[in-house]
Formats: sequence, C-alpha cells, structure tokens
Amino acid sequence: MKRVENLAGLAAFRKACQAERDPERTMIAVCTGTGCQAHGCDRIVEGLRRELEQAGLDGKVEVKTTGCHGYCEKGPLAVIRPEGILYQRVKEKHVADIVTRTIANGEVLDKLLYFDPQSKQRIKLEKDVPFYGLQERLVFGDNGYIDPHSIEDYLAIGGYQALEKVLGGLSPEAVLKEIKLSELRGRGGGGFPTGRKWESAKAAPGATKYVICNADEGDPGAYMDRSLLEGNPHAVLEGMLIGAYTVGAGAGYVYVRNEYPQAVKNLGIAIASARSLGLLGDNILGSGFSFDLFVSKGGGAFVCGESSALIASIEGEVGEPRAKHIHMAESGLWGKPTVLNNVETWANVPLIIRRGAEWYRSLGSPGGRGTKIFSLVGKVRNTGLVEVPMGISLRQIIFEIGGGIPKGRAFKAVQTGGPSGGCIPEAQLDMPVDFDELMKLGSMMGSGGMIVMDDQTCMVDVAKYFIGFLKEESCGKCTTCREGLARMYEILDRITRGEGTMADLELLEEMAPVIQQASLCGLGKTAPNPVLSTLHWFRDEYLAHINDKQCPAGVCQALSRGEEK
Amino acid sequence: MLEQLLAGLEPSERAAIDDEELQILKDVEAEMPVFAAERSQLLPILQHIQGRHGYLPKLALQMVADYLGVTIGKVYGIATFYNQFKFNPPGRNPIKVCLGTACHVKGGEIILENFERRLEITEGQTSPDREYSLERVACIGCCALAPAVVVGDKVEAYVTPSKVEGIITEIEVRKAMAAREQERNEAANG
Repeated sequence: MKRVENLAGLAAFRKACQAERDPERTMIAVCTGTGCQAHGCDRIVEGLRRELEQAGLDGKVEVKTTGCHGYCEKGPLAVIRPEGILYQRVKEKHVADIVTRTIANGEVLDKLLYFDPQSKQRIKLEKDVPFYGLQERLVFGDNGYIDPHSIEDYLAIGGYQALEKVLGGLSPEAVLKEIKLSELRGRGGGGFPTGRKWESAKAAPGATKYVICNADEGDPGAYMDRSLLEGNPHAVLEGMLIGAYTVGAGAGYVYVRNEYPQAVKNLGIAIASARSLGLLGDNILGSGFSFDLFVSKGGGAFVCGESSALIASIEGEVGEPRAKHIHMAESGLWGKPTVLNNVETWANVPLIIRRGAEWYRSLGSPGGRGTKIFSLVGKVRNTGLVEVPMGISLRQIIFEIGGGIPKGRAFKAVQTGGPSGGCIPEAQLDMPVDFDELMKLGSMMGSGGMIVMDDQTCMVDVAKYFIGFLKEESCGKCTTCREGLARMYEILDRITRGEGTMADLELLEEMAPVIQQASLCGLGKTAPNPVLSTLHWFRDEYLAHINDKQCPAGVCQALSRGEEK
Repeated sequence: MLEQLLAGLEPSERAAIDDEELQILKDVEAEMPVFAAERSQLLPILQHIQGRHGYLPKLALQMVADYLGVTIGKVYGIATFYNQFKFNPPGRNPIKVCLGTACHVKGGEIILENFERRLEITEGQTSPDREYSLERVACIGCCALAPAVVVGDKVEAYVTPSKVEGIITEIEVRKAMAAREQERNEAANG
C-alpha cells in the first residue's frame, strides 16, 4: 500500500476505493462473526466462491466476508446486496441454489427467508425483518458492508473522513467542544461524560500523554465490543486518533482480551494497514500530528476492566486497582495523563465529528444521547446484538426486537449491567433504557449485557452465580470485597440448599453497604447489586427457599419445586 | 542459562523433568531474546510461552525471572493472578465450558457436569493419558449461542447433554481413524 502524504492524497485514495466498488454490483455479504463461524460459515463462503467460479460469475459477483451482523440466532447469515435480501440459516446444501437461482436468475429462495411468527409470512429484505426494524444501527451497521481486513472497504464507506475533517482545520479545542456538546457518555459501564474526561487530560501538564481503548470485555453476557473490534476495527482506530489529537497524546494502547483471538488478529491487521497508509506514525497526513498505536493483550482477569487495574496490567504488574484520589487524566499509564475509553465509545467519536454534535444530540434521551449496543441473550427468541436509540423501553427491546420468551414460558426478569448490575422485573419493563433510568431501578447500563430470564430461572441462584463470579475475580486487595463476597456466597449457597434462615437475609442486607462503601474500586463498590436487586424485586423467592424449602423455578436441586404456578 | 539452572537442581528434581519438558525449556531459552529484557515484557513473554506450549513449566518461570532480573516470586505472583496461565500440561483436546451469565441461565453447569462424568475428570484437570483437559471459563463472548463450549479452537453452539456425547465420540473416532492410518502406513513401509 502506498503511503498517503496529505489530506488531498487521502481524499483521492478514498475516491479511488469508491470507484472500484460499484454499489450497484451484486455482492453477497456473508457474516463471519464468531457466532456464524460456530455455525459453519467458512464452508458457505468457500462454497459460494466455488459455485460462482463454476457459473463464470466470479468476476461479476463478490463474496464479502464481513464481521458480525448481530442476528446470531439465525446464523449463518448471507445478505445479497444491493437489494438487501436476507438469507438465514444458510447451509452448505443451499449454496448452489443461491448462485444458480438467485444470483443468476433473480429468483428468491423462499425457504431461506426469515419466517415471521407474528404475520406468518416470509420476509425478503433484511431491513423489513422485525429484529432489525426498531434498531438504529449507526455504529454497528457498517459491519455488514465491509471486510474488516480491508482498509479500502472502510475508506469506501466514508471511513477516516472524520479524521480528515479534524486534521483539515479543527483545532483540538474545537473537537473537544464538539464532543462535550454531543453529551457522549462512556459505554463501558459508568457512563462518565467523555468530553469531561478528555478535557481534564488535555488540561493536564506534560508533553507525554496516552489514550487507551478498554477492550477487556469481561462482563459475562456481553460481546458487543468483541463484535465491533472484529467487524469494524478502523472505526475504533479513527476514534482513538481523534481523541489523541484532541488531548495531545502521542501513543495509544488497545487492551484486548486474549480470549478474543479473532479481535486481536483483526485489530493487528487494521493497525498494520493504517500504519502503511500513513494514518499512524509520524506527521500523519502532513499535519504535524504524530501518533502510534499498540496492542496489549489482557490476561483474563475481570478486574482489569477497571481503569487503574487495566493500566497496572499494561505496565506488566498484577492488575490491582489503585486509589482514585489521583485522577487518571492527570496520572495514568506510567504516571502520565491518560484517557481511557471503551471500544464502543471510541467507535462513536468519528460519527459525532462527521455528522455533528447537534445531530447526535437529537438521538436518544436526556439520560443518554445516541445509541447503545446491547447483547440480547438468555431466554429470548431472537438472541444477538441490537443497537437501539437510548430511551427505548425494555419491553420494546425484549418483546418487539427480541420476539419475546421462547417455548411459551413467562418472562421473569432481565439482568442488565453485568455482575455489577441488577435484575429488573416485569412491572418495570416500560421504563426507558438509559444510564440514569437503569440506575433508578437498582441496576445499571454496564457494557450492555441484557440477559433475559424466564420462570425457570431461580433468582437466588442468579444472585449466587454473580457473587460466585465476583468472589473468584476479586483481586483480594480490599478486605471487605475479598472476605465479604466469600461470606455472601456462603449465605446464598446455604439458602439454595434449603438451610437459610431469616437472619441470613438481614445479614446480607447489613453486609451490602459495608462492601459498597469500604471497597476501593468499582468491582467491590457494585458487587452487592445482584443480591440487593433480587432481594428488592424478588424477595418472595428468597422467602420460598427459606420458609417453605421450595425453589419455585425448580433450579435448586436440594429443594422441591413447590406448586406449579 | 538453562544449563546452569539444571546443574543447580537436586538429582531428584532433575529426574522429574522429562524430555518433553526439557524441549520446552530449550525452546524458551532460544525464543526469549526476541523480547527486550524489560519489566514491561513480563506479561508478553509469559503469554508467548503459554500460547506456544500450553502451560508454564516451573523452571521456565525461573528462566523468565532471571532474564528480566526480577524474583521468581514476582513472576509467580503475576502468572497466578491471570486466569490464562496454566501450570500443568493441557490435554490434546482442551475443552472449555463457558459459564458466562447467558450460558449459566441456559444450563451451562449441566453441560460441565456431563463432560466431567463422560471424561471422568473434574474441572481444572487433565486426563491421565493427556487426551483431554477440562476447564470452566467466565465468558467467551458467544452469548447468543448459549450454552457454548470451546473444543480446541472450535466453538460449539447450543450444547446439550447428547451433544456432549457427540463431541467426545467425534474426537474418539478421529483418533481411531488416525491410528488405523498410521498402522496401515507402517505396514506398507515395513
């Protein structure tokens, strides 16, 4: 790849990439995200290419291997563009028909179309499928159009235009103003205003500063960061470049889970091609701005998602959080001012710069601007990744996009916010989803895991599960977290074995605030949430375990099921 | 470096190191200079050894400590903090049962139990013939496919008890076929 030396060179190269890609040309976009890979998409890709070659169509029709489209439940997915026909659950045996009938003759294969259980009809186009209908796929949608290994693909859909705009005449102050105006908040958990973070780091003295992307997606039940990094790594890179320019950072790190090999690989390819094109390195596009990016692989410790623990891990230390009396923006990585944002947050930045903060602010609700990607999983019909404007209700997400609960079971709760979050009952499903509203329900946004539970899920068992997870993942630094969680786990275990007493509930409620207040980092401070929220909304279930020695969901093996409701 | 380390061992300790482990240690010695001898390279070096050899032999930890000029305690402390590092050789077919929230809700524990029963080892163990190792992992990010299991590098979706049986049978069949193939080749060559 030839290095581009200036802004005009980049614009020209983008134009060339666009010219090579005729949007009217037929393209089969096959999802090769991790989900579809488990369903055998590699054989579909091979098969399609083979059949196209045999039919003499290989020069005319392209098979594009893209990242995750989101509708993992129905994989492997193939979308035929430009029409946008969605073929789902494609098998090897269908490949010949797709080429000889659909591609060659324009005939739509009914059996591969999505069947809508509501209208009892097959739906032809991807955009008309209810799962996608309510979504607003601003950040995640590009996944379905680009090969993550191709920087040309990203450029062709308008990629690095935001960088061009910034380097072409926006001062760091102007970028900062735009980000603050957009009211973008961190997508990783806390929802801290991104602009304020950047402002502090920008104002901090010192010539050496860092930006970090937190891709240590440790929340069990969430995988949007994985799918973004795998499917559209350049969007994250572009966001980081803009952030670095704004705060004056010369180097950045992406801290990514080693458990995500595909993400590590695609990120590495993206960095290498950005470097050879001249978008990373010295004097980027002749602007005088220099920045380079490095990958740091996480070691598989949940606590490393916490910012100060993550930094300790990059420095090669044990990932223990530090006291937060000194802000990261002043003294972060190697004691230098550091901005740390999550994958999805970074990916939102180019969008804001390209389309403007005013536009961005018009999306979502006061408690959260823009969109949020959720991983909708558990006991729900349509599992997958969904991107919705904030402020949409939980009910819409679970019942309209998710299609409700399978097997005719009844909805019981939805768990959001990962291990630090809480379980939300049916009665609260009409609440809008944003940072502030979820907090009011005793849960939180977290990184966007949304695990749906039905009447066969025991809420005491769920609380025990999370406390067990956190007990394992506690770094052990603070006594309240290390010992408190172990005791909480013992109590919950006792209750699930039918040996709990009412005094146990009091003890849980007494311990919770102590753990919250006396632990140093977010892990400990939020750890009692799963217990508190289940106790608050599902106290009856605890009482059934303690007083009646029954587990209404039929999960706890030592107890009887009780009467079928 | 390795020579010296080995020379310093008690005879019984030296005898406990088999050829396989010795080869790993030799590889580690050969590969380590790729990394700068800096403190920040500790995790990358350990990740490299883990990735290439599947575990961290005790002497390798000592070699890393010597190379970076830190104590073995420091290296051990860091290696044991992170879940990805193992201290025993893995099985030829490493099986990871996901117990993330979605997998838990959809019965991941039952799947783990099924593997334990079928393989006659418990979570965290390697079978005596080194064919299988079994571990539980927190979340592999395949929540839409719950309950999910990773066998080798391959993700298995919507795993059921009967699928557990299928997974193991498939491995056994492949093994038997490979053995037969080898026998045939040996017969042809002999």
